[in-house]
Amino acid sequence: MRREIPMAITFIVGFVFLFAYFIPHPPFNEFENTFNDSFSIIAAFAIWLGALNLIKISLVKIFKKKSDVLHSSFIVISFLVIVFFGFYDGIRGLYADPVFSFRDQGTGFNWLYEYVYSSLSATMFALLAFFVASASYRAFRARNLEATILLIAGILVMLGRVPIGDLMTGWLPDAFQISNWANWIMNIPNTAGQRAIMIGIALGLVSTSLRIILGLERAYLGGD
Amino acid sequence: MTEESWILPNKKTALVVLILLCCFSYTAGQTSDDSLNIVKDSLLTPPPDVTPVMPKNVTAEDIPNDAGGSIRITWDLSPDDHVGGKVKEYRIYRSDQIDGDYEEVGASMMGQAGFTDNSAETGNQYFYKVAAINYQLFNGETVWQVMSETDPIGPMKSTAQWFNMDRLNVFIGIIILCGSIIYFILAAKGGKKFYIRKIAGIEEVENAVGRATEMGRSIYYIPGINDMDDVQTLASMTILGKVSEIAAQNDTRIDVPVSRSMVMVTAKEIVKESYSKVGRPDAHQEDQVRYLTDDQFGYAAAIDGLFIREKPATIFLMGAFFAESLIMAETGNSIGAIQIAGTAMPAQLPFFVAACDFTLIGEEMFAASAYLSREPKLLGSLKGQDVGKAIFILAILIGVILESFGVDVSRLFSVR
Amino acid sequence: MNIKEVIAVILIIAFFLCAYFLFPKPVEFSQTVSIILTILLALTLLVIGVMTFMGRYIERRVVFLFVGIALTLPFFMQFDLPVPISPEVQAAYDELEKLPEGSKVLAAFDYDPPSAPELQPMAVAFMKYAFQRGLKIIIMGLWPQGPQQADQAIQTAFEVIPELEDKIKYGRDYVNLGFQSGNEFVILRMGESFKAMFPTDIYNTPYDSIPILKNVKNYSNIDYCFNFSAGKPGTVEWVQGAVDRFNLKMSAGNTAVQAPMAYPYLQAGQLDGLMGGMAGGAEFEKLTEHYDKATVFIKSQSFAHAVVIVFIIIGNVAFFRGRRRKK
Repeated sequence: MRREIPMAITFIVGFVFLFAYFIPHPPFNEFENTFNDSFSIIAAFAIWLGALNLIKISLVKIFKKKSDVLHSSFIVISFLVIVFFGFYDGIRGLYADPVFSFRDQGTGFNWLYEYVYSSLSATMFALLAFFVASASYRAFRARNLEATILLIAGILVMLGRVPIGDLMTGWLPDAFQISNWANWIMNIPNTAGQRAIMIGIALGLVSTSLRIILGLERAYLGGD
Repeated sequence: MTEESWILPNKKTALVVLILLCCFSYTAGQTSDDSLNIVKDSLLTPPPDVTPVMPKNVTAEDIPNDAGGSIRITWDLSPDDHVGGKVKEYRIYRSDQIDGDYEEVGASMMGQAGFTDNSAETGNQYFYKVAAINYQLFNGETVWQVMSETDPIGPMKSTAQWFNMDRLNVFIGIIILCGSIIYFILAAKGGKKFYIRKIAGIEEVENAVGRATEMGRSIYYIPGINDMDDVQTLASMTILGKVSEIAAQNDTRIDVPVSRSMVMVTAKEIVKESYSKVGRPDAHQEDQVRYLTDDQFGYAAAIDGLFIREKPATIFLMGAFFAESLIMAETGNSIGAIQIAGTAMPAQLPFFVAACDFTLIGEEMFAASAYLSREPKLLGSLKGQDVGKAIFILAILIGVILESFGVDVSRLFSVR
Repeated sequence: MNIKEVIAVILIIAFFLCAYFLFPKPVEFSQTVSIILTILLALTLLVIGVMTFMGRYIERRVVFLFVGIALTLPFFMQFDLPVPISPEVQAAYDELEKLPEGSKVLAAFDYDPPSAPELQPMAVAFMKYAFQRGLKIIIMGLWPQGPQQADQAIQTAFEVIPELEDKIKYGRDYVNLGFQSGNEFVILRMGESFKAMFPTDIYNTPYDSIPILKNVKNYSNIDYCFNFSAGKPGTVEWVQGAVDRFNLKMSAGNTAVQAPMAYPYLQAGQLDGLMGGMAGGAEFEKLTEHYDKATVFIKSQSFAHAVVIVFIIIGNVAFFRGRRRKK
């Protein structure tokens, strides 16, 4: 019964959702919203599972002096600092006049968000610029015909999407300007490729979803 | 005898001029205030001939294929509806009785010949009037307003439909696709064998795990950053089961740092079950599957740190990824790990192809469970999916040919 | 961390501290210096190319260093680059131009601080343009930080054009409804009722007492939609939910990575126009004649693209040389 009940729930809910897409009449029009609200609520409560797991593993590493003691200490300290300021500013704001939220400007939580979290997130995102360069340096090799076409298309789009391309070819007739070639590559071959991949993915999604609904795919329940 | 100034002959004259100047200034000031008031007062009364001609041919109809509660009102534009004309906007009034009190339910700007009333109650009947409005503003306030409204039309009821006819094409498509999948699953159940082509990335899974075993290093499995409601994550969990079975057989540690709590719970179950299945429950450790953070770049930073410190020999990146995909893949490449990636996010595929050794593109990741298990029913579903794809390709070809010859078939394929 | 890495981190921090205190005002190189630096950079890359040809391959950290220099140097240089207008950005601009004064535009801010460097300049350009044209803006977000980014864009617009701050009034000319969780389901529910999803604005003012929202029940009362998106939920969800189901007219601004995914919808006419990445932002600034951050940043991006292309060529030189040696 451990697996049969979840499979039965999956089957019923799967088909109800499928038919609800075609039936606008109440109550079918509300199913999607109701179930997704339920999922959001469950996921919100489930965050505590993850947070407790993280703290538990970090504390075990610290106290048993396993590897990564320094990093685990940072995790625990950062967690406690953010939680402290969240509660401190939240409670302070409730009793202040006028009432303010812990997320408002001027609170410690907001300071940490703006000057620590936002900066770190932007820094990680900025790493992409360097990684794209090193990945391109390594991957764009003219090994064969297809790779050469990819290489040339990549160079044309990279030059055509920035003003340097027009600086180099702006004096040529329209048909020979790099920006027009880049636009053509983005509008025609790129769009065709994107569409093909998206159609393939959609079909794969339907097939996988049907297998899950029919109970053929049971790995997510913890085994076959 | 003193010399007289040619401007002001004497003091008396100067005084008279000064008094006259003061009177003039006072009067001018008064006059300008008065004239402002006169201007404002004159705006309160609408000037003649500003009333617009009312719109004609007002119709109301229930919006089809919905859950009720919406009625569409349309009209022909007033002849005075043009730039510089007398119509500024149209207002729509509603009542539940033809001679009852009408309340305003909305407005449309000039040039717009329709309005959707979304506040109607399903099953209630309503009457509508449309008024063409002209008004004058002064400092942001309306100083006069005129309107000409139509006779009431109705009664009109909004109703809920049991089938959305706009989605009939999708319904037929689903029937064809699901029908072919189910047909081939049943055929496989009946003993029919199906061929599946080689998928390089999945073929290499055993070799990749073997490499980690030989090097005495661990395997990292990253299931993406979406939650269990994403089919990609579900597909990733299926592959995790197979990979952890092979890792358990080879006695190689597999680590699964995750980004969502529910994925952590599911992955823990799957990994534990896999170890038990191959008879190695003792080798399983609780901290193999651990939660890091929900935050996208926090997760990427943590994964990068783990890669650089732990230096795994094999990395699997399977699931839904976003901008963090290249950060993880490049870091994995920099430590010399063999990387097998799979995702159905079209924007991230190029990054994985550039940085990883093997990439499962889109539907190949969904096919992985069938490929790895070789279970006939799952292979049958792949065959059904392929037949469905063939039908759609044919439909696209026919559509392209027809459109090229000027036959408009786009409505057949549009989705509402 | 080993001792070398610790020393490297200390040196980098020391470099930036020195730069911060020695150069309190932004440094600007003259045209001559800019040209000399560009030539020096090109010569260094040429030397690296020659070294690669001679069999002395560079490591990836050298690539990182040059990309860093290519991104940073243009900020100090004084030169202009021509910005060509692509058809999709022109289409987005033309659609906005068609809107009469007083039109209600729904602006969906679906991005967060990491994507702000790419999307914030186009958001600022959009807000400046919208306020000057007298469009009424209804702001909301499907990402938690989106509405805050919108507020920042408005503040920046007011700083750049101070007259706007006196002319534009919150509640009458624009409103910020804030963030609502639920992703694409928010989009679908807004098709029935905005108020159901946003009973109050970001300052807890009830929906019905906000003047700009009078008579705005759902998409049918909106004249246009503009979406700034960095991922999911974003432009694709808005097209599938709002455009397809509720006939909403829409243009979008996306990050450069997301933009290729939006092209099929642009081609199909579901999107009127598209601004892709920094280039899209720079083109929109040129069309609206308000040159700001995107126009500055695109210079940096141009240099970086050129350096990456040079390294790709160098990489191929290394590849072919390696192949020849094997033969």
